[in-house]
Amino acid sequence: MKLVFKNIHIINPDQNVDEINDILIDKGIIKKVGNLNKEDFESAIEYDFEDKICVPGLFDMHVHLREPGKEDTETVLTGSNSAAAGGFTGVACMPNTTPSTDSAEVVNFIKSRASNHLVDVFPIGAVSKERKGEHLAPIAEMVEAGAVGFSDDGVAVKTSSLVRNALEYLKMYDFPLIEHCEDESLANGAMNEGATSTLLGVSAIPTIAEDLTVMRDISIAEYVDGKIHIAHISSKKAVELVRKAKAEGVRITAEVTPHHFCLTDEKLVNYDTNYKMNPPLRTEEDVVAMVEGLKDGTIDCIASDHAPHSIEDKEAEFIFAPNGILGLETQLGLSISELVLKNHLTINQLIEKLSINPRKILKIPVPQIKAGEKANLTIIDMNEVWTVDIKNFKSKSKNSPFDKRLLTGKSVAVVNNQKLYMDGEFTNLS
Amino acid sequence: MALNIKHLLGLHNVTRNDIQLILDTATTFREILDRPIKKVPTLKGTTVVNLFYENSTRTRLSFELAEKRLSADTLNFSTSTSSTKKGETFKDTVRNIEAMKIDMIVVRHQSAGVPLYLTKISNATVINAGDGLHEHPTQALLDMYSIKEKIGKINGLRVCIVGDIAHSRVALSNIIGLKTMGAEVSVCAPPTMIPKGIEQFGIKVFHDINKATAENDVLNVLRIQLERDAGTTIPSLREYHNYFGITTDVIENNNKDVLILHPGPINRGVEITSEVADGPYQIILNQVTNGVAIRMAVLYLLGTNN
Repeated sequence: MKLVFKNIHIINPDQNVDEINDILIDKGIIKKVGNLNKEDFESAIEYDFEDKICVPGLFDMHVHLREPGKEDTETVLTGSNSAAAGGFTGVACMPNTTPSTDSAEVVNFIKSRASNHLVDVFPIGAVSKERKGEHLAPIAEMVEAGAVGFSDDGVAVKTSSLVRNALEYLKMYDFPLIEHCEDESLANGAMNEGATSTLLGVSAIPTIAEDLTVMRDISIAEYVDGKIHIAHISSKKAVELVRKAKAEGVRITAEVTPHHFCLTDEKLVNYDTNYKMNPPLRTEEDVVAMVEGLKDGTIDCIASDHAPHSIEDKEAEFIFAPNGILGLETQLGLSISELVLKNHLTINQLIEKLSINPRKILKIPVPQIKAGEKANLTIIDMNEVWTVDIKNFKSKSKNSPFDKRLLTGKSVAVVNNQKLYMDGEFTNLS
Repeated sequence: MALNIKHLLGLHNVTRNDIQLILDTATTFREILDRPIKKVPTLKGTTVVNLFYENSTRTRLSFELAEKRLSADTLNFSTSTSSTKKGETFKDTVRNIEAMKIDMIVVRHQSAGVPLYLTKISNATVINAGDGLHEHPTQALLDMYSIKEKIGKINGLRVCIVGDIAHSRVALSNIIGLKTMGAEVSVCAPPTMIPKGIEQFGIKVFHDINKATAENDVLNVLRIQLERDAGTTIPSLREYHNYFGITTDVIENNNKDVLILHPGPINRGVEITSEVADGPYQIILNQVTNGVAIRMAVLYLLGTNN
């Protein structure tokens, strides 16, 4: 099948491309960019994408697909559909599955569930067996099976010695250790510690629980010259620590979720468990620090921490409800609305954070928009105003605090692996 | 006169008028408790469920008695949260109970926010009997009632809450309620027992029990959680007693006019000595009696509001 995208604004900072042009795609391969002739239009489906932008397919390096183990809340398939609907052509999924993604077998299983889909799914392997923080998981075997990073996400790598060994071992592959930064002994709570938690009477997690682990990991990464990636950064101090470490040459990168740059802990006044996540929502000064970190490059990328939970699990009493919210289908709109339209980031910078940088961190090639390349694209309408409706989510779960929120900016279509997703449907391009 | 509130979830955002009405109404019910026949037909036909997900003896007994004094039909549902965690969800339990056609729910739960959540999943009138570290409004109301009964006013009084403020729902309700009623509120504890963000309430913080006693008219002494605090927030119960315990010496060296309250149950020899707990400065058992009157007032005002 032939597709022609006319008058589309192509942006790929990785190629230094920023131009309005036509694109011809045949059987999922980019045949031409510009200079289309009559022949090219023959039997092609034409889309006039004037005022739309075309970027290398968006990539979310932090999602939970819940398979194996919690298929009632999400599967690799439904999570991939959710990603496509949100404008993403690739995701990296965290290893806190049941059983943990701590072996080549589970990595292979996830990859097998993801085959033949538009969305590329890259498993993140566990650092330690069963994510218990005791013994290193078989990292080499998982790398061979296709894991692209390692994390005990859900918890921090338990001991300093294991962080050190993991960082050193991973130097063979130059994959990052992706750290969920949380000092367990300080983190016995259900929301951020501060004025709001005291008013609500909820046991709380102080920002130092995050900061101390960031400090620890920076020290170890510096000492062994390891590659560390800070997942879902959320405290002002942690951003300052990463900024300083980068300036000192530590090989460190960081991601932030949309909810940590959009929301504060004051949203919890009604004990709505859709605002309960870990790290918890922080305060206004932390939110400002997230935006500053994104602006000056301290924070390399935006990742959703897409965390599906069933309605019955989320409807539990506040302290018993599980942490986490959906993110794949609101991430782009929130990022455009809160960062680009408020002039914190240019669209080019946003594309770096939502497509280019996460791939570079995980050593995944960045799709190029030029003749001869596989089409791996996201087409975005920067101006579409829409209302989030959880009923329309492709995810199997509904736990989003952004229901009914008005957003500007939406994915119009994604193309990858010889498939097109548009208007809620997949079309085979082969 | 009717209350502005439809449920008693806490004292946060409850007006001075509402608190005053509850205290005034309790005065009427307090008199009934001294009569030979201590029962009125006020809530006849009303069904109240005492939904207790956390151990409680005195609060549950006090509510149950208040309900019976008002001629309400009462049901008791007591369970530990751990036993229900694995089975039926909280929401399903509540819906099942409500399907039996009940009117009011008195709830205690170890998670903050459960009373508010109940108002969203049921049509019953909800009274908070303690939720997590959040609020325990009837305790604060009965404390205020007891202070007023003894001293004659709350407005302008200096009241200090002594103990583990960070882990106390009694403290938060008292701070908020007393501030609303015009008292000058302070807290006294080691810094490990003072929650972050305490400054938002505009209250004074003491770390010296002698100073706190000297500079206050009332000390509301909280129970120390033996199992939780020793070794973590305080080095030992002995050390806590020696530096923060209320003893006859502390009172007589600093302020012989001070009034001592304690919400119970008392750990004798820890936060308070037996001599003080049974002595002339305290009104601990009055608080217990007044607790029934306050709960009758709350049940009556909310139960007849709709």
